[in-house]
Amino acid sequence: MLIPHPLLGPRDAREFTVMGDAGMIDRPDPAAPDAADRFYEYVYLRDNPAGVHRELWFHEYGDRSWLVVTRNTLTHEIVAVELASDVSAKREKSR
Amino acid sequence: MTRLDGGLIDRSKTLDFSFDGKPFRGHPGDTLASALLASDVRLVGRSFKYHRPRGVYSAGSEEPNALVELGAGARKQPNSRATTVELFAGLEAASQNRWPSLRFDAMAVNDLLAPFLTAGFYYKTFMWPAAFWEKLYEPAIRRAAGLGRLSMLPDPDRYEKGYLHCDLLVVGGGPSGLSAALAAARTGAKVILADEDFRLGGRLLAETACLRDVGTLDWISNLENEFESLPNLRVMRRTTVFGVFDHGIYGAVERVSDHMPAREGPVRQALWQISAKQAILAAGATERPIAFADNDRPGIMLGGAVRAYANRWAACPGKRIAVFTNNDDGHRTALDLIAKGVDIAAVVDVRPEAAALGDYRLVAGGVVSGTRGRMGLSAIEVVSGSRKERIECDVLAVSGGWNPNVHLASNHRGRPAWDEAVQAFLPPLDGPAGLTAAGAASGRFSTSDALLSGARTALGALDSLGIRAAMPDLPDAEGRRSVPAPFFHVPGKRRAWVDFQNDVTVKDIKLAHSENMRSVEHLKRYTTLGMATDQGRTANVTGLAIMAELGGQSIPETGTTIFRPPYTPVNLSVLGGGDTGEHFRPRRLTPTHRWAREQGAVFIEAGQWMRAQYFPQPGESHWRETVDREARAVRRSVGICDVTTLGKIDVQGSDAGEYLNRIYANMIQTLKPGRVRYGLMLREDGFAFDDGTCARLSDDHFIVTTTTANAGTVYRHMEFARQCLWPELDVQLISTTDAWAQITIAGPNSRELLTRLVDGFDLSNEAFPFMACSELSVCGGLRARLFRISFSGELAYELAVPARYGRALMARLMEAGQDLGVTPYGTEALGVLRIEKGHAAGAEFNGQTSPAMLGMDKLVSVKKDSIGALMSRRAGLADERRRLVGLQPVDPAASVIPGAHLFGAGREQTLATDEGWITSACYSPHVGSMIGLGFLENGDARLGEAVVAANPLEGQTVSLKVVPIHFVDPEGGRLRG
Repeated sequence: MLIPHPLLGPRDAREFTVMGDAGMIDRPDPAAPDAADRFYEYVYLRDNPAGVHRELWFHEYGDRSWLVVTRNTLTHEIVAVELASDVSAKREKSR
Repeated sequence: MTRLDGGLIDRSKTLDFSFDGKPFRGHPGDTLASALLASDVRLVGRSFKYHRPRGVYSAGSEEPNALVELGAGARKQPNSRATTVELFAGLEAASQNRWPSLRFDAMAVNDLLAPFLTAGFYYKTFMWPAAFWEKLYEPAIRRAAGLGRLSMLPDPDRYEKGYLHCDLLVVGGGPSGLSAALAAARTGAKVILADEDFRLGGRLLAETACLRDVGTLDWISNLENEFESLPNLRVMRRTTVFGVFDHGIYGAVERVSDHMPAREGPVRQALWQISAKQAILAAGATERPIAFADNDRPGIMLGGAVRAYANRWAACPGKRIAVFTNNDDGHRTALDLIAKGVDIAAVVDVRPEAAALGDYRLVAGGVVSGTRGRMGLSAIEVVSGSRKERIECDVLAVSGGWNPNVHLASNHRGRPAWDEAVQAFLPPLDGPAGLTAAGAASGRFSTSDALLSGARTALGALDSLGIRAAMPDLPDAEGRRSVPAPFFHVPGKRRAWVDFQNDVTVKDIKLAHSENMRSVEHLKRYTTLGMATDQGRTANVTGLAIMAELGGQSIPETGTTIFRPPYTPVNLSVLGGGDTGEHFRPRRLTPTHRWAREQGAVFIEAGQWMRAQYFPQPGESHWRETVDREARAVRRSVGICDVTTLGKIDVQGSDAGEYLNRIYANMIQTLKPGRVRYGLMLREDGFAFDDGTCARLSDDHFIVTTTTANAGTVYRHMEFARQCLWPELDVQLISTTDAWAQITIAGPNSRELLTRLVDGFDLSNEAFPFMACSELSVCGGLRARLFRISFSGELAYELAVPARYGRALMARLMEAGQDLGVTPYGTEALGVLRIEKGHAAGAEFNGQTSPAMLGMDKLVSVKKDSIGALMSRRAGLADERRRLVGLQPVDPAASVIPGAHLFGAGREQTLATDEGWITSACYSPHVGSMIGLGFLENGDARLGEAVVAANPLEGQTVSLKVVPIHFVDPEGGRLRG
C-alpha cells in the first residue's frame, strides 16, 4: 500500500505503524459524571467496519507524524489523509 | 537425436548436462525440456498420486508434469519446471516422486488402487481409529504423495530486493507487450517491460508466418536495438511479475543467475517491487487441453507446445504425430510440422464441418477415445460416427482453445468473465485500478489484433497520465480468429485427466458433484483441482466446463475460483531477499561495543541491540562465576556498565511539565530543575506500561528514560498523546537514545571514581544528592550530563556524553579506577543487582500487571488526570490482591525458577488454588542463595510465610519463604550515602 502523506507525498505503508480506529483521538473528559462508562467505551469498544474506516497511522520510519487515514478496508482505497494534530485541533475548537 | 532444421538454438556451441545421472547434450537457447525432447527423452516424471509415467506437456510456465530437481547439495531446487529452465553447461537434473527409478516406480501400485484413491479419499478412508490419523495415516500419505524433496540445508545463494518506479509497466514481451512498450517508450515515459522468458517475442518465437512483410526475428531484433537506445525503457528478461498489490505495486522476481553454470551473477534472484502508475497485462494465453481416456501418457502434449518445440527449438517430440483439436490451431500444428518434414498420422477434429488446410489425413467430427503405450504413447483410438479405428503415433498434439492469462487482473478479487464469442474467460472489468489487458490476455488472439491492441492500450494508459503517444508503425500480421468449438472432454468410462499435476480426473469431478460439492470453491478443495505448483493453469477452465455440464449450468453460472498471487511459484528465499541470519533485522551496537568485544565480553540480543552480557576473566570457568564477581564488585567497590540502550526522550517546551504530568501516573510538574524523579506510565486501560526516570534540566526541558524494550513504543505513545490528544500543548519530543552514550558508575567507590573525571564539579552529598541531575563537563571540557540515580541500590551515577565519546569514556573510567578495582559488568549482573534491590523490570512490567500489584498504587496521583489513572481505579483492578514480593528458598541450595506458580503450603495445586507466579529469579551472591521476585495473592500480608513454587513442566516443587522485595539495604542508606 501507498499512503499519501499530507506533507511528504506517497509513502510505502511499511514506513508506518497502524493503531486502528481514529476514535482514539477522542479521549473522554475524565471529569465528566459518566467518565467511567465513557472510558470503558473509549478503551474497549472499537468499530471495525468492512468498508470505509478512519484509522490512525504513525509514520514511525519517517517524520513521526500521526495521520488519520480514511481507508476502505475492502478495497484498500485511501479516500483521505489528514494530520492527526489538525483533526484533533479542529475538534478542540468545535467543542 | 531428433533435431529439425532451423530454430533459435546456437548449434555452434554444445552444452553438456545430465538427467538422472545420464549425460546429454543441448545448445544455447534450449530449455531443459527442449534438450530432453531433442534427445528423445519422453518419460520425465511421475504423477503426484498415482505415480503414472509422465512426459513434457507444455512449453512454458504452465507445465504440470515435467517437474525436476535441479542442482545438487544445498543448491538442489525441487519442482523446477523443465520447460522454463534455461539450459547451461553442467546442469544437473533429476526426476522426482519415484522410487527406486523413473522407469520402475514401486509406488505405481497406487495406480491399481485408484478406485480407493478418488477425490476426497482421505476424508473417507482413514477414519478409524481416530488416533491413527495423526500418527500413521497422514505421515504415510505425505510420504507417498508429494513432489520433489528439499535439500534441508541452508541456502548458500545470495538474494536481493529492489524498488522500481515507472509510468507504465508492460507485463509480457509477446506481440502485444512489444508494441505497447514501443509505443510508450518512444514518448520518453518511464517504461518497464518484463517477461518471464529469456528471450523477447512470446508466441512470435513459437509460430511461423505471424508477420507478412518482414521476418519475425528481424522485426524483434530491430525492436530490441531500438529498446537498447531508449534510456527511459528498462527491459527485464527472465522476470516474472507474480502479483498485483495495492495502489499500483507489482511484485516481480528476476532470475539473475539461475541460468549461469556457477551462478556467477551478483545474486541468484532479485525481488522487485515495481510501483507503476499504469500497467498493461500482455501475459498472453495458455492453451487448454481436451480431456479423454488415458490422456496423460508421455507423448501427449499441447498442440501449441509441439509447434513451439518444432519451430523455436528445432526439437521434434516424436516421429509420427497425430493432432486432436476443436479449432483451427490444430491444423496449424499439422501444417508447421509437415513443413518441417514430420510425418502427420492424422488430424482429428471434433467439428464435423472441419476441412483440411493442407495435405494430411483429416478425421472430421471425430474424437480420441483412448490411447495405448505404457511408458509413452504408441497409438490412439479414434471414434468418428460409428467408426472406430486405431492410429499408430508417438505424439498426440491436443488443442482445446486458449485461455487468456487473466491471473494478475483478478488478483484483487475481480472474477474473470466468460465470453461466449471467444469461448474463454476474459479479465474482469473490476480488476486492479490502472491495469488493462491487451493481446491474447484480453482475448485478442491473432497476431494482428495483439500488435494493435498492445499499442492502443499503451496510448490509452499514457493518455490517462497526460502523456500523448503516437501509434507506431506495426508490421502487417496474420489476422486469423479461430474460435474453438465448446468441447472440453470426450465422454467415456475410463479415467480422463483434467489436472495432471494433482491426478484429478473427470470421474473425480463427477464424484465431487454427486457428493454435493457444487460450488467451484468446494470442487477445488475436495478434488484438489487447480492446486499445487501449476495452480491448474492447464486444468481449471476444463474442470469448470465439465462441472458446468454436470450441473446443467452455463460456464458463467458456474463461475471461477479466485486467482491469488503468485502467478508462478516464488522461492521463499527471494521473498526473504537476503534478510536472513545477521541481516534478518538491523543490529544496533552500543558506543562501547567494540571496547566490550576487546574485553572478551559475551553479548546478548536485547531487542535490536547487542549488549554485553558478562565479561569473563581468565580462570573463570562458568558464567555464574563471572556474574557473581561482577555483582560483588559493585556492592564492594565500583562497577561500570553501558546503559545507552535505555530509551532517552528529550521533552522541551513551555508546557513540557504539564504534558509529562498527563503522561506519567505520578506527579511530575512539581519536580524542580536539577532533580530526577521515578516515573510510572500506565496504559489507558490502567495497567502498568513502562517505568523510568524523568530528569528536569530546566523549567522547559526534561529528559525521560524508558526501558530498553519499550523505547520505541513509549516514544510512539508519547507522540500519540502530543499530536492526537493534546495538540494545544507547547511541547516537542525527540528520541536521543542514539545521541548519548550513558554509563552507570555504581558502588560505594563510585563518587571517588567520578571525582577523578569531572571538571571541578562538586559531587558531595550536599551539593549533588540522591536524585540530582546536572549538565557539566568531564575529562577536560567534554560536555556531559550526570544523573544520581541507582538501579543497583548502591551509591550510583549515570554519566551521559555524546555517543562518539562513549568508548573513550569507558576507557578513561577503567584507567582512572584501576586502583579501586573498577569492574565492567554486563546485563546479567545488572539483573542480579536489580532483583536484589527489588526493582521491577520487564518481567514484572509484562502488560498484565496493575500499579497495585507492583506496590505503586499510591504513586498514581489523584490530584490530576493522567493516561490510565481513571481506569486503574475501576473495580477489577482496584480489587486486585496480588502483590510483588521477594522469595527465598527454605533450603538455600534449592532453585528458584521464573515462571513457576505459587501455592499455599500443603494446598492442592490447581488453577483454582493458584496464588501467583515467580517473575524473576537469580543467584544472589549477596544473600548466598537463589532469590526471586513474584506476584502473590495478598503477598504484602504474608511476609515470613512459606509457599510452594510448582514447576510442573519439570516436575519440580520448591518451598519458598515470602520476604520483602529489598534483599539489599531495605532502608536505602547506601544509595543516599
